Amino acid sequence: MSKLVPVPSRGMVPERDVESPPVLETIHLGVDFGGLVAVDKFNIVIGKTEISGLIGPNGAGKTTVFNLLTNVYKPTRGTVILGDKDISGMSTRQVCRAGMARTFQNIRLFKDMTVAENVMVGLHHDIKYHTPGAVFRLPSFWRGEKYAKNKALEMLSIFNMQDMGDLKAGGLPYGAQRRLEIVRALATKPMILLLDEPAAGMNPSETAELMENIVKIRDTYQIAILLIEHDMKLVMGICEGIAVLNYGRIIAKGTPAEIASNPLVIEAYLGKKEA
Amino acid sequence: MEQTLNGIQTGSVYALVALGYSMVYGIILLLNFAHGDIIMVGAYTAWFFMTNLGQSPIVAVVAAVIACTLLGITIEKVAYTPLRKAPRLSLLITAIGISFLLQNLAQLIFGAGAKPVPKIVEVKSLNLGSVSVSGNAILTIVVSVISMLLLTILIKKSKMGKAMRAVSEDTEAAQLMGISLNKTISFTFAVGSALAGIGSVLYCAAYPQASPTMGGMLGLKAFVAAVLGGIGSVPGAVIGGFAIGLAEAWASALGLSVWKDAVVFAILILVLVIKPTGLLGRNLQEKV
Amino acid sequence: MKKTAKKLPMWLRYLINTVLFVALLLSSTAFINSGSVSPYHTKVIILCGINMILALALNLATGYLGQLPLGHAGFMALGAYSSAIFMRYITAMPGVSASAIFPLGVLLGGVIAAFIGFLIGIPALRLKGDYLAIITLGFGEIIRVVLLNIDDVLGFKFTYGAASLKNIPKTTNFFNTFLCVSLTAYIIHTVMKSRHGRAILAIRDNEIAAEACGINTVYYKTFGFTLSAFFTGVAGALYAGYLGVISPGAFGFMKSIEILVTVVLGGMGSMLGSIISATVLTALPEVLRAFSQYRMIAYSLLLIIVMIFKPSGLMGNYDFSLSTLLGKLGGRTGKSAVPEKEGEDNE
Repeated sequence: MSKLVPVPSRGMVPERDVESPPVLETIHLGVDFGGLVAVDKFNIVIGKTEISGLIGPNGAGKTTVFNLLTNVYKPTRGTVILGDKDISGMSTRQVCRAGMARTFQNIRLFKDMTVAENVMVGLHHDIKYHTPGAVFRLPSFWRGEKYAKNKALEMLSIFNMQDMGDLKAGGLPYGAQRRLEIVRALATKPMILLLDEPAAGMNPSETAELMENIVKIRDTYQIAILLIEHDMKLVMGICEGIAVLNYGRIIAKGTPAEIASNPLVIEAYLGKKEA
Repeated sequence: MEQTLNGIQTGSVYALVALGYSMVYGIILLLNFAHGDIIMVGAYTAWFFMTNLGQSPIVAVVAAVIACTLLGITIEKVAYTPLRKAPRLSLLITAIGISFLLQNLAQLIFGAGAKPVPKIVEVKSLNLGSVSVSGNAILTIVVSVISMLLLTILIKKSKMGKAMRAVSEDTEAAQLMGISLNKTISFTFAVGSALAGIGSVLYCAAYPQASPTMGGMLGLKAFVAAVLGGIGSVPGAVIGGFAIGLAEAWASALGLSVWKDAVVFAILILVLVIKPTGLLGRNLQEKV
Repeated sequence: MKKTAKKLPMWLRYLINTVLFVALLLSSTAFINSGSVSPYHTKVIILCGINMILALALNLATGYLGQLPLGHAGFMALGAYSSAIFMRYITAMPGVSASAIFPLGVLLGGVIAAFIGFLIGIPALRLKGDYLAIITLGFGEIIRVVLLNIDDVLGFKFTYGAASLKNIPKTTNFFNTFLCVSLTAYIIHTVMKSRHGRAILAIRDNEIAAEACGINTVYYKTFGFTLSAFFTGVAGALYAGYLGVISPGAFGFMKSIEILVTVVLGGMGSMLGSIISATVLTALPEVLRAFSQYRMIAYSLLLIIVMIFKPSGLMGNYDFSLSTLLGKLGGRTGKSAVPEKEGEDNE
């Protein structure tokens, strides 16, 4: 585990990232639904290659935070800064193009497409040919498609799924679907990857493998990862910084060790024994 | 002024039909394209009973309303129930199919020409100062308003009404509370179709004709009314109905009667662009 | 799935495909023109072709885009009237050959329909499912009413409204219909089997996920819808040149539904299905002339039954791949750059 050091603006990042600006910073992010304050005063800072965790009891608002970051819900207040850009107010699509990709709690794959095609959708903007190229089947089309297919299979090999390229995504087992969603998000070349309960429905050995792979992704692509999880073994195992959410507000922030011994956290989580 | 009254008269028929659209949409999220054609069936029933069976107008009216109600329930059971779990597009297409089927069956059985419907009631005109208000108009408006009031009481006070409201809020929770989904949906269709039946009789009182395609345009316009008022909302359907009726009447008054249809659809487009949920509609957000 | 057979170089494959196509086009035209086929049958074949284009265009909007536009007859009308008015005007000039200038008329019809489609798409494509269906229905009706009454507003005879626009040069023949059908099918196919097609299908499958992948959903929905309108306009132009006389009444809600029935029956998302369905539904009424009064009833019943028992239509979303077929026929590998959907019938 790395040491957390303060950065000039505010918040803590891994020591190795202290030279680079934080990849993600939120300032007093919040949203109200009607009269209900769902999320409030959400302030985090994530270092360039930090693996960060967002935990909290069910209903605390974790997925809501993801939706706010990616503008699926429009924030009522607050700012989101990605890299050096203020992305508050950008559409979901623009947020992706700016460098923040995500997976979904309820898995949103393109069920009727093949595994490879799902990843190729993520590679959409990486493929360089236009409509005339497609219609007239110019060399740029063939080059682009070949590149896309190869790149997709290459990325699938992170999870050893390169042989599943032509299988229909909707027919995959649950764990494989989750992994595919991660690869697809990765294909959009993000600076930070938001993973919403990536280990949900996985058995302990799959989870251990996932932990290794997440770290591998971070090391290979040098990106940051923010994950929502209930599996404490995973969170404590690979996260460098953790924020704990309860009733829409952050009640604690720090390293796994600090969080595990925080009385507020223990109180909020009473009974959670996922290990 | 006379046009305004005309507008209120047609508006009340639109409102009755729009209520059926709104109620059905509120409960199973289906735009029942076939609803307008139920009016046509009502009109033919009334004509049939009076002309061929020589019955009195009262009997014909009752028969028409019953026929519409039964037809509505039948369509629901035969075509919409099997598709309850199907994608909405399939339901929509099926509804369109039923609408077409009804129109063409009517054309086959009764011929494409219009059949004159004998006078249902004889109501004297009223004189309000310099304006002569037709008896039909008064009758239509009065009957419609009474129907709507009865409907409101039904929805607010009766057990079935509560069930209808529950199912349209949350289908699963309602079932968990022991509400029979099938019965509630059938009931909704029945009430909606009965209202359409009343509407068809009132329409015939004003325009005493039955033709296969009469339900088509009327249904579409009532549908626009439902959307305008907020589809799924009962008071919305009423407001929408009168609004569309008045809009058409005023368009005619301004000499634009050939553009009447276009005006109605232009209103539809404006509503969908500015506030798709209509004046009183609810917002349904997709869960992410 | 790798085949170890030899692969022909790309340019050679293109050449072969093009030569085969031209040969097919010329030989079938010669056959038709030789008199072996009666004028009546030729007319039916041409009508089949027009309906194929209509079905392919609507299939793009429904099967691929996942929408339910109910006003496509409006685009057909725009294409028909634009082309007809243009052709009448231009052939009045000396030395202008109607058949030579017709391609321009067809193109004009398509472009105008596409332009209006683009405008309609701006408000319409923001709406979901049911609402999009009704707003397009509304626009379709407005187009019809405008075409019916515009002469009163303009003060001179433009569309001739209900009196019908007559004396349109009958320039539609087997050759140009076949060509248009082929071009329509080709363009839609090549677009769909590309990254643009993947984006479109992704939007239909899961719009929120597509957005999260950075796909510009507004762009692609508009693109698909406009393209669909374009081809529908082309079909309209061909229709005007086929009948020689048109009136707004032919392009109402009924017509939109007829096209929809064709697409639904063939399978929304299957081009082959659209083609087969269009052929059957055009030819059958001619064959069953005696039962023509039952035609619409049969259509409606068919529609309802298919929706209840096989909603995916006859062909599901099986998409035919010419190169795969040729590859299988010639024993060589077909285009393998893009993963193929081989003959699966999706329920």
